[in-house]
Amino acid sequence: MMSRILIPVLWLLCAPAFANLEITITGGQVEPVSVGIVPFQIEALENLDTDVARIVETDLKSSGLFAPFPREDMIAQPSRTEDVRYENWRALGVEHLVVGSIRRGSMGNWLVEFRMLDVFRGTESLAYEIPVSASGLRYASHQISDLIYQKLTGHRGVFNTRIAYVTAEGTVENRTYKLMIADADGYDPRQLVSSREPIMSPAWSPDGRQMAFVAFDKGQSAIYLQTVSTGVVRKLTNFRGINGAPSFSPDGRKLVITLSHEGNPEIYELEIASGNTRRLTNDPAIDTEPSYSPDGQYIVFTSDRAGRPQIYRIPSSGGEPKRLTFEGRSNARATYSPDGRFLSLVHQSDDGGFRVAALELKTNDLRVLSDGPLDESPSFAPNGVVIIYSTKGSRGAELATVAIDTGIQQGLTQPGDVREPAWSPFNK
Amino acid sequence: MKNQFGIWIMAAAIALAGCSSTPDQPEDAGAYDQDNMGQSGGLNGQGIDDRELGQANSLSQAEQRDAALRQQLTVYFDYDSSQIRADFLPVLDAHARYLRDNPGARIRLEGHTDERGTREYNIALGERRGEAVRRALLLRGAARAQLLVVSYGEEQPAVLGAGETAWAKNRRVVMVYQ
Repeated sequence: MMSRILIPVLWLLCAPAFANLEITITGGQVEPVSVGIVPFQIEALENLDTDVARIVETDLKSSGLFAPFPREDMIAQPSRTEDVRYENWRALGVEHLVVGSIRRGSMGNWLVEFRMLDVFRGTESLAYEIPVSASGLRYASHQISDLIYQKLTGHRGVFNTRIAYVTAEGTVENRTYKLMIADADGYDPRQLVSSREPIMSPAWSPDGRQMAFVAFDKGQSAIYLQTVSTGVVRKLTNFRGINGAPSFSPDGRKLVITLSHEGNPEIYELEIASGNTRRLTNDPAIDTEPSYSPDGQYIVFTSDRAGRPQIYRIPSSGGEPKRLTFEGRSNARATYSPDGRFLSLVHQSDDGGFRVAALELKTNDLRVLSDGPLDESPSFAPNGVVIIYSTKGSRGAELATVAIDTGIQQGLTQPGDVREPAWSPFNK
Repeated sequence: MKNQFGIWIMAAAIALAGCSSTPDQPEDAGAYDQDNMGQSGGLNGQGIDDRELGQANSLSQAEQRDAALRQQLTVYFDYDSSQIRADFLPVLDAHARYLRDNPGARIRLEGHTDERGTREYNIALGERRGEAVRRALLLRGAARAQLLVVSYGEEQPAVLGAGETAWAKNRRVVMVYQ
């Protein structure tokens, strides 16, 4: 039996309550796999608020790949492998069954034990014990979802990761902008920063501990670095003109950013510790939206040096730009997939609509994945399975995801404008 | 009596200039002019020599035309363009004259775009529009130290909503007197 310890995420204290992001599947076609998540047996005197099986069920369902078998239709609710009557579950069409229990550990913590059973083979496919505090039960539930997802899809699950995003509320004259972080399932939204002037371009550090973003003071932009657990904010740059589009190097020591203080928007490398900057592009056109390749060798960026915005690539030390995109009217804001095979980008089709697309770098194959008309800010989830982006919905800007292989689309909505999503890296 | 009349015209011009912090509304600006002209005629219509009235009027009309033009604080742009349209050149002329005559005056040029295109690209495009207005004002006699360009990109629309009507109002540079 394997055992893993989950470390609960540290959070800002005393944060007020915010509306949760609500996740729904909005498109895409895949025959979902039937899984039965039996309510976990609680072997203790006290009750628990957290319904582990329900959270796992919701996680798996939200991926669009799984159809949880309804709890109320279960004939039996076993918690141990030896109590499972496989033939009954086979008759119900359940392909995988998850059973488990929660009991008191020796140190006053809780032990969550679970098994996944291959119903047709009649064998155990997963068996784990996870020690957690009571407040960590939600994260243990996501960890179970991750393990199931990985076993059944071959991809690492992202249920225990988080999403940063920007909200805008109020009228034209009186707006409030907030930089928020919520769990990947939309639960527990917390405010990192709030401002009466725009907040833009949140970017996670590779270790997930810090967030770079852009904020304004009377129109003057600045790039800030915030430690997520403590909330401490440090101003990194406030040159005259644009301070924008921060993106971390894979080692977390540098940012690539856009500055215009030397005349027009150019790409710069910023060493975080020293504050030293180095210019990487030099062209009278707009150069912006830089992003490192996962191996740190290249930087892609948007430039309108050929007339319309297109994606270019330079070595991360600087050098001659190579144009990567040629299809459609324009292409902008490219970011790499975690494996470096794809770029997610905003593709403007010949009809003028802005859509999320994935460019496979080896074949130059551009796949348009969303239907617009004003989709933007795409970037990959840390497992590379889906691209998260913002889209104009009926209630304003909303977040959405699309899976690059299956095309399954998911909407993440809440009242008010929600935009500029950035998916956290995996918990280390 | 002549002096009184002159002071009144000055006061009207100052009152007009004082309104320059309100949002740009060219139609209202025109209405303002007519009201004031009517009042000044009613107050000062007697005992003034025709020739002198003619001189005073031509001066005040130029002033008032400039003041009215300076009420226009927003320059609008075509889609994905930072070209200044010909219809805004008289407005920039008037602001440049004011800056030239008032070396202490300062303007922040706030560049904006519509919601189409990516956010950081739009920040750059908004700056490009602000720079275009800055260059035009410098060419017309304003000093570098009087002008500061900032860009909000698509982040602070003047009008919420999609469609060309809203977008056209959002592609703009706003001149904010400090």
